[in-house]
This record gives sequence, C-alpha cells and structure tokens, in this order.
Amino acid sequence: MAYLPPGASDNAVSVRLDEGATIFDLMDSHQVPREQAHLVVCNGLFVPPSQREGYRLQDGDVVALWPPVAGG
Amino acid sequence: MSWAGKILRVNLTQGSCTTEALNRQWAQEYLGQRGLATKYLVEEIDPKVDPLSPENKMIMTTGPLTGTMAATSGRYSVVTKGPLTNCVACSNSGGFIGAEMRFAGWDMIIFEGKSPKPVYLYIVNDKAELLSAEEIWGTSVWHTDEWLHAKHQDPMLRIAAVGRSAEAGCLYAAVVNDLHRAAGRSGVGTVMASKNLKAVAIRGTNGVANVKDFGKFMQAVNDGKKVLADNAVTGQGLPTYGTQVLMNVINEMGALPTRNMREVQFEGANKVSGEAMHESRPSDGKPNLTTNAGCFGCTIACGRISTIDRGHFSIENKPEYWGSSGGLEYEAAWALGPDTGVDDLDALTYVNFLCNEDGFDPISFGATLAAAIELFKEGAITTEHTGGHELAFGSAESLVWGAETLVSGEGFGKDLGLGSKRLCEKYGRPELSMTVKGQEFPAYDPRGIQGMGLAYATSNRGACHLRGYTVASEILGIPEKTDPLETTGKAGLVKAFQDATAAVDSSGLCLFTTFAWSLEDIAPQVDGACEGDWSAERLAELGERIWNMERDFNLRAGLTAADDTLPKRLLKEAAKTGPAEGRVNDLDKMLPEYYELRGWSAEGVPTDETRQRLGLS
Repeated sequence: MAYLPPGASDNAVSVRLDEGATIFDLMDSHQVPREQAHLVVCNGLFVPPSQREGYRLQDGDVVALWPPVAGG
Repeated sequence: MSWAGKILRVNLTQGSCTTEALNRQWAQEYLGQRGLATKYLVEEIDPKVDPLSPENKMIMTTGPLTGTMAATSGRYSVVTKGPLTNCVACSNSGGFIGAEMRFAGWDMIIFEGKSPKPVYLYIVNDKAELLSAEEIWGTSVWHTDEWLHAKHQDPMLRIAAVGRSAEAGCLYAAVVNDLHRAAGRSGVGTVMASKNLKAVAIRGTNGVANVKDFGKFMQAVNDGKKVLADNAVTGQGLPTYGTQVLMNVINEMGALPTRNMREVQFEGANKVSGEAMHESRPSDGKPNLTTNAGCFGCTIACGRISTIDRGHFSIENKPEYWGSSGGLEYEAAWALGPDTGVDDLDALTYVNFLCNEDGFDPISFGATLAAAIELFKEGAITTEHTGGHELAFGSAESLVWGAETLVSGEGFGKDLGLGSKRLCEKYGRPELSMTVKGQEFPAYDPRGIQGMGLAYATSNRGACHLRGYTVASEILGIPEKTDPLETTGKAGLVKAFQDATAAVDSSGLCLFTTFAWSLEDIAPQVDGACEGDWSAERLAELGERIWNMERDFNLRAGLTAADDTLPKRLLKEAAKTGPAEGRVNDLDKMLPEYYELRGWSAEGVPTDETRQRLGLS
C-alpha cells in the first residue's frame, strides 16, 4: 500500500510502459524495493524471483505485488 | 518433566473433581495437547458414541511448552468426538487460559458425564470445584465472563465459556476463551453445553517450573525467537497485515470460493480485505482496524482488534458493540464475506463480534448461510421457512439477520444451527452442501489449489485448512514454492504438512510459527524442556503416529474411504475464471498415491505393518 502511485483506487492503478518492459522495470519505475516484493503475480500466476528480471509484460497484463505475507 | 504430571478428572454426573497422575509413557509417544489428549480420548470412549450423550468426553488440554518462555506458548486444545462430523474433533485456541492452566499446575482436564444442573468449573491452583451456573445459563460468553470476574472479584481470572448458540444446540458452537479467542471448529462448544458445563474459570499463580534443562531450553527459545523476528513473514508481514491480507492474494490467484463455492473469484474482495481494514472509512473517517494483538507469549501478534462505525446499520442502536473487539481473521472474513457474496466490511465485523459473543464458528456459520441462500435461490427454502425473510447473495441484511436468528435459537435459527450438510439434506438438495465429513470448507478453493483438495478430503476432522496447510507451499512459497495447479507431488506434500502439523499441535506452540520455523527449530525447544531425547525426526514420526491414531478412531466410528472425497461441485463443475479456469479438483490423481505413502490399504485402512512401525496397537 505504501508504494501505490497517486491516482490509485482500490489498491490498483493502470500504467503505461515502454515496449518490452519487464516486471523489474515496472517495480523500479514506481520505486518498489525489489526485496520488499515477496509475492509477485502476473495474471494470477506466480512469477518466481529468478524470472522477474526477464519477464516481459504484454499489453493488458495484470501484475500484483505483495510484501511478505501469510495467513490461515 | 515440563509436563505438570497432573490431570484433573471432572465427573459432571457425580459432581466430583479428582486428581490423577499423567501417563508418562503416553507422553513420550504423543507429547501433549492434540496427540496426548486424543490418546486419552480413544482409550476412554467408544468411537461410536453419540457425541452429545453423557458417554462422550471432552478434554481441555495444554502441551508441554504451554505457558513456558517459548514464543507463542499460549496454545491449548479442546478434544472430543465432534457432533458436526462424528469424527475425532480437536480445536486449538490461543489467548491466555492455556498458560493459566499450566500455572495452576494441570496438563489437562477430562470432563465426563453430564451435570444434572448448569455448572462451571472454578480452579485456583490445585483446588478445583464445580459451582452453580444457573444464573448465567442462557446468557452470552461475554456476559458470563463479566459475571465470573465480578463474582470472584479477580480480574486475572481466565475464562473459557459457551454461549447461547451452544445451549440452543447449534452443531458448530465454539468454546470461547478470553472474550475473543476460540476453539472454534467441529462443534466442541456444543459438546460442552450438552454436559451442562457453562464455563471453566482458572487462576494459577505457580508458573511452569519443571523444565528439564533450563539453560539449554532458554538457548533454544532465544534462537527460535530470533528466527521469528528475522523472518519477513513472522517478523513483519503477520503483525502488520494479519491473516486478512490473504483476501486479495487468494482472489488474484483464482482460489477464493465465492457464493457457496459456485465461483472462484469475488468482485468485492478488495472491500473486505486486510488492506481495506487499514483504510479510513468515508462514513466516519476512521479505519476498521484499531490495533493488532498477541496471545500469551507471542512475538508475532497477528490478531486483529477492530471497531465498527457507530452509524453502521448493524449497531446504530446497540452501544454495547461500539467499543473495540476481536476483528476479522481471513477465514472468518471469507466465510462471512465472499462465500455469502457480502462486501460490507463492518457487517462482517459485527457478525464476527456475535460469533465471539455467543460462541459459534464463523467459518461454518458463513458457509451454512451461503448454502441456505443458494437453497432459497433454488426455491427449496421459501419465506415460509424463514418467517418472511428474503435471503440473497450479497445482502448484508441477510447476513446480520441470519447471525442474530442463529443466536436466538428460534425458528430458522435452528435450521442454520444444523450446519450446511444437515440443512441441505433437510431441504432435499444434499449436493449443495460444501462440506467434507460434515464440516464446512475454509477459504481456499481446491480447484485453484489442487493440494488443498487432497488435504480437505483426508483431513481427520472434515474440511479444514489447519490439518495440512499446503497453501503455504502452493501459494506463499513456504518452505518452497510448488505449482498450485499441479497434482504431481502433492500426495507427499500433504502427508508432510499433516504429520508436522500434528506434532506442532501437540507441543503447546502456535502453528503460525511454521511460516518461519521447521521441526528443526521446534525440536531443540522440546528437547530442552521435556524428558527424553527429542529430534525433528522423532517429532515427524510422532505426528504420523497421531494422524494414524485419529484415522483409526474415525474408521472405528464408522467412516470409510468413501468419506475421503469432495462435493461434486468441486470435482465436476470447472472454475469459471482466473488462472484455474476450466479446472476441477483432480482428487482421483492424488488419493491413491496418498494412501500408498501413508502405508494404508487401497481402502484407506492403515496396514498391520504401518501400525507396527508406529507402535499403534
């Protein structure tokens, strides 16, 4: 919640990215510390830490980021 | 050592309290709490006993680390044969009364028989007596708590009680302690009320003195605390966001059961999420979440304390609910919210308050109401049955009315107290009940998290997330990430989680430590405190022994492999949206391998070799 950009509503915001931008590019452009994003999900599917740097986003992708969380 | 070595046996029929020595050999084989109390139960009752008859017994039990300096050592359990499931029931709770029981010098309390009149058990250290509860019978847990504190003029008295729902026969009534912690599942509170036992009030002033090797124990305890503090989940995530942060996570991953599990994603999830609890309400400018809270000895403190907007329709004329109280945890929020289609955070919080005030399980209540709403939608239930009330998915009024009616024990409230399985059978649509072995599902759809389907189907107390929480691996990546849509390898994963959980549940420690700890972190703490040599391997084997003992009890109670299944909806109706779109739960791909790994026959019965290996007669 702390890194949500202005204009966010319901903890979500639409963003424009350069062609070929990766998940790390997205996080860097919003000053989200990489080590804080423990759970990264693209279109509902988990993206492991090793793939985040090279994971190229497509138009319409929905990315969700969470800090370390758990429950039950 | 570490065990107090002393059991209190309370015969409610005769009105007697007697002291017994703890069976030390069983303590070495079953450790404490869930394992050891279940051993006593299976040795002392007929598995076919009617759970609500005087012949059933109910055990309040601590683990050997309860009340010690170990982190999260506030746990106790209530063990009995459950009326909702007709299976072995073991419900675990935190708060403070577990530690108080140890301070008073008791490992466990075994209740047997039935009192001719309402009573409560009053314990001050080694003195125990049954006193009249006639004045508080028919009142809530909260009233009982206040009355007992006033009567005994002791603000430090720790109290566990049943509320009006239990007295009215609701089959998923809880035992609530310290106002808003609960041994919540499987109807253990219904058993307590059936014995005319209203409350247990304990004051202990002796501490836990008999730790085996204090230096070794404290070293292990401090090492463990450091791991919890340094771990991102237990050190930051859980205290800050609580379990409720899972609402958006599970919804995003397409595994949030919605509207009686007809769908797997809820459009209103964000409105009832952990994030929403932090945000200021437009109506009064204040957030729902007031603060976090911890149980005895806890260094995590994941608990939520919440305050409802005074102008909210549910409480606007009820000042008794204007203060702060136990707020929403994820499972409760899910059952009261997405599963009924309601996205009104304060309405969910109010009903959660009622669950604490009158002692009923919010998971089973929400899921039963969701089934009732679907039955209403299908025309199987009409306004004639509900006394004129329309039931609808998404209606906060339906939710609030349902909970208040349940507490009243009148009219349709009686039907809601039956639980989903019996309700759907009564109205001729058993296929609409989302249950396993009679117990309602928690908040993870097994079409989107395949391993959980197997965990639910094989859980010894019916559908439950706390018997094998593979969500940790499949969703959260703890201890390592597995694919939630994959079935390969899940049989082994489920077995490993089930066995480790049974061991943790027998120690006196909280299961939430296992987001950071493994049995390798717990074993040195047990070893420092308890007589014997305790390793992670021994604890895992002990967990497997407990699992098989519970299984054996259920089989002797009449259950068969046919009960290790899921509702047809989850096996035949595919998920409509999200990453699991088009998927059902592929239980048939996992179950045979699971039986094999367990050392059970194809009929799900532990083989002689397995029994021998685990030392089960």
